[in-house]
Amino acid sequence: MTAPQPDNNKTRPAILMTGIDKSFGPVRANRGASLEVLPGEIHALVGENGAGKSTLMRMLGGLMKPDAGKIEVNGKNVTGWSTNDAIAAGIGVVHQHFMLVPTLTVAENIVLGQEPVKSGMFDYARAVAEVEKLSKETGLAVSADKKVSELSVGEAQRVEILKTLFRGARILVLDEPTAVLSPPEVKELWTVLRRLRDSGGTIVLITHRLDEVMDLSDTITVMRAGQTIERLQTKSTSPPEIAKAMVGREVALMSRQGEEFGLNRQAPTAKEAAATESYSAALEVKDLVVIGSRKTRVVDGVSFSIQPGEIFGIAGVEGNGQTELIEAIAGLCKAQSGTVRVAGHDVSTSNVAERRAAGLAHIPEDRHRRGLILDYTVSDNLLLGLQDEFASRRGGVLDTDRIDENAKEQIQSFDIRPPTGALPARALSGGNQQKVVIAREMGHEFDVLLASQPTRGVDVGAIEFIHTRLREARAANKAVLLVSAELNEVLALADQVAVMYRGKFAVVMPAKDASEESLGEYMIGTRKESVA
Amino acid sequence: MTSRFREQLEEALFPPFVALLVALICGDLLIMSYGQPPATVYKLLLEGTWGNAYGFGQVLYKATTLTFTGLAVSLGIRAGLFNVGAESQLAAGGFLAALVGLGLSPSVPTVVGIPLCMIAAALGGGIVGAIPAFLRVKFGAHEVIVTIMLNFVVLAFLNWMIATHLHVPETLHTPDIHTGAIPRLSSIFPAFHGSAANFTILIALLAAFAVWFLLFRTRRGYELRAVGLQPDAAEYGGVNVRGVWFRALTWSGAVAGLGGINYVLGYKHYYEDGFAGGSGFLGIAVALVGRNHPLGVVLAALFFATLSQGGLAIHAFVPKQMVEVLQGVVIIAVAMSVPEVRAALRSARRPAAA
Repeated sequence: MTAPQPDNNKTRPAILMTGIDKSFGPVRANRGASLEVLPGEIHALVGENGAGKSTLMRMLGGLMKPDAGKIEVNGKNVTGWSTNDAIAAGIGVVHQHFMLVPTLTVAENIVLGQEPVKSGMFDYARAVAEVEKLSKETGLAVSADKKVSELSVGEAQRVEILKTLFRGARILVLDEPTAVLSPPEVKELWTVLRRLRDSGGTIVLITHRLDEVMDLSDTITVMRAGQTIERLQTKSTSPPEIAKAMVGREVALMSRQGEEFGLNRQAPTAKEAAATESYSAALEVKDLVVIGSRKTRVVDGVSFSIQPGEIFGIAGVEGNGQTELIEAIAGLCKAQSGTVRVAGHDVSTSNVAERRAAGLAHIPEDRHRRGLILDYTVSDNLLLGLQDEFASRRGGVLDTDRIDENAKEQIQSFDIRPPTGALPARALSGGNQQKVVIAREMGHEFDVLLASQPTRGVDVGAIEFIHTRLREARAANKAVLLVSAELNEVLALADQVAVMYRGKFAVVMPAKDASEESLGEYMIGTRKESVA
Repeated sequence: MTSRFREQLEEALFPPFVALLVALICGDLLIMSYGQPPATVYKLLLEGTWGNAYGFGQVLYKATTLTFTGLAVSLGIRAGLFNVGAESQLAAGGFLAALVGLGLSPSVPTVVGIPLCMIAAALGGGIVGAIPAFLRVKFGAHEVIVTIMLNFVVLAFLNWMIATHLHVPETLHTPDIHTGAIPRLSSIFPAFHGSAANFTILIALLAAFAVWFLLFRTRRGYELRAVGLQPDAAEYGGVNVRGVWFRALTWSGAVAGLGGINYVLGYKHYYEDGFAGGSGFLGIAVALVGRNHPLGVVLAALFFATLSQGGLAIHAFVPKQMVEVLQGVVIIAVAMSVPEVRAALRSARRPAAA
């Protein structure tokens, strides 16, 4: 553990946490962790899932008390304070999951708890005026009169930030703020954060993404396994160095070729082979149309096919129909028209179970809602969707021995930690939860894999692992449909790339001809190309 | 695996015991407020229930019905559905069992008559359960509203059937069934003489085991619990969520209906209007206190049956409504104690495991 080195003896740190211990039963979330953040800087707090970043920030925000250690804010010892104390001292935490009342307007949400009052009544007009004033000062554009339920995620996040600023926050903690944002929204957020810093605010940014760290932060604290590993100056470090500190070993960062994994692309040979076979594609989607909740065509006549041994990547700003496209292929939402063929079988009218039986595997984008039953044990989660295979044909009695056996195997081959099947999935870290989903979906026979945001919210080490698995699937002649908000992920893995924009493919091209810049234009709709 | 089972068992059993303790303390205060010594009253309560064969027989009898209704409610809750209709399902089950018992000729042997009446009872409850199930699946009608309202409809219908068509003059019950009677426990253990306890209790225990096996050892149970916990994830796992809802509510009704045989086949040998007497509603409390686990349900049923029978025993000292207050305290205490007690249990267990 490196003791934080004050860079400047004259400045008192805005946040100084030293020797922090925090345990949850046998799990030691923090072990002598430390953090030092100077006023007026953007500080990145990075580390793998379960490294103890969020726990540390919860103690700073007063949500929990440390078992040992000291927390100082602006030189004052505040160890073990309450959330109210923290808010009063100017600490604002923007959580990963928004805490807004959807039926209230933006202005009502922002002033909630500190409503302006005129003769005993809530003064809505003044609330709107104050919010608009604050919005102008900070550059966080919101429409004060709109209902929160009508906002996009980017807008909702701006409301969250404004809410903390309205309560006088001078130290802003953001927990993975970009996980849900599109690239232009991220840029906008960066501008706002820089402006806040320049006007004297202090910002702590929790993130996994090294490009963001390099882009935005002044200083970096790296955590691993509950401990503070290093405190770095952004100017004098590099992504590989940070990654190494996070994981504790050398990490192969994403590359376009994937050669370092010793897996050569098999797509051309696979295509040749496929051409001579009776059926052509592993997955074939034709003229698929999905009508959304607002009666719009959220998927508007999409056609494509994927050969065995091919990764087909779909890029695009979230909310352009990718979710619905995947769910329609998986049978989870109804397609208005169009056909879906899996390994030559027409499954257009089949239900989810029948499509799985036809050879479809599916890593869903939201593991907490779809991919896992959080209160089920890891063992039980490893048979979700495969429950038929683990039940006797007559009577449907589950074979508990085989379930345990299966869990043991999958936990080992997918390196799920802690290595026991008896814990509820809820108790695992995000990266390990995702490994459970991936183990289940890729650990048995399949022809086509739908991988939707497979690396969202997981740490560098797990990302590397997941990418290797996807490449292995390609090498084993599987077809993979990859949807990712990470453009560089799509480019690094896919053979073919499509950009989805407003329910249609704006462009389909070989990944080797694509670049972030060229795809970016299709993503925001400034360039279009009609795709058959 | 076995240590995991023990942990689960502890987590299922500890919270109710803590709640019981809280309830006892509240009971002490209540009894003292009537100027009676708590020890004497509790002693009387225990003597009147577990202390003599007749009282114990009554407890077993009451616990039998409550086991069925508790299982019924917990089966619904496991699938994420709240069946408030156990009361009318129980009545409908008893009614249909009596109809079949009346319709069969006395020459039909008991070994044939009992299963036929049981099927009728399950069918009666199942039909009443299938109505809200169908409305839920087809139109999205909320099962709580439908089952509550259906209670009135079904009970009124049964009342009309009895009062105008099937009653023995001057009474509100049917004639005695011709076949299908389940023997009393006193036929083998004479000490139980006079109590209503009968061999339906074995069927109740079998039902509890069957529900446990269904929930935790079969694919259907795996899917049912998945739907109850996270319908979206279940759907992703290829489960037909509506199908599970339909089955769960129908099964729930059938289990409650089966409970009707305790009175009709085991005790009176006829159907009497209003025999359910709140056992269906108390089933909700039994399911809650039993943590929706079949074993917990059996124990909770015994507990509530003890309170209910004990209320009669202490009537001379304190109003028997005190027992009802105590029931309420237990329910509230259980509802509140579960997360805290579990957390304490886990943290106590960890250092030993680590």
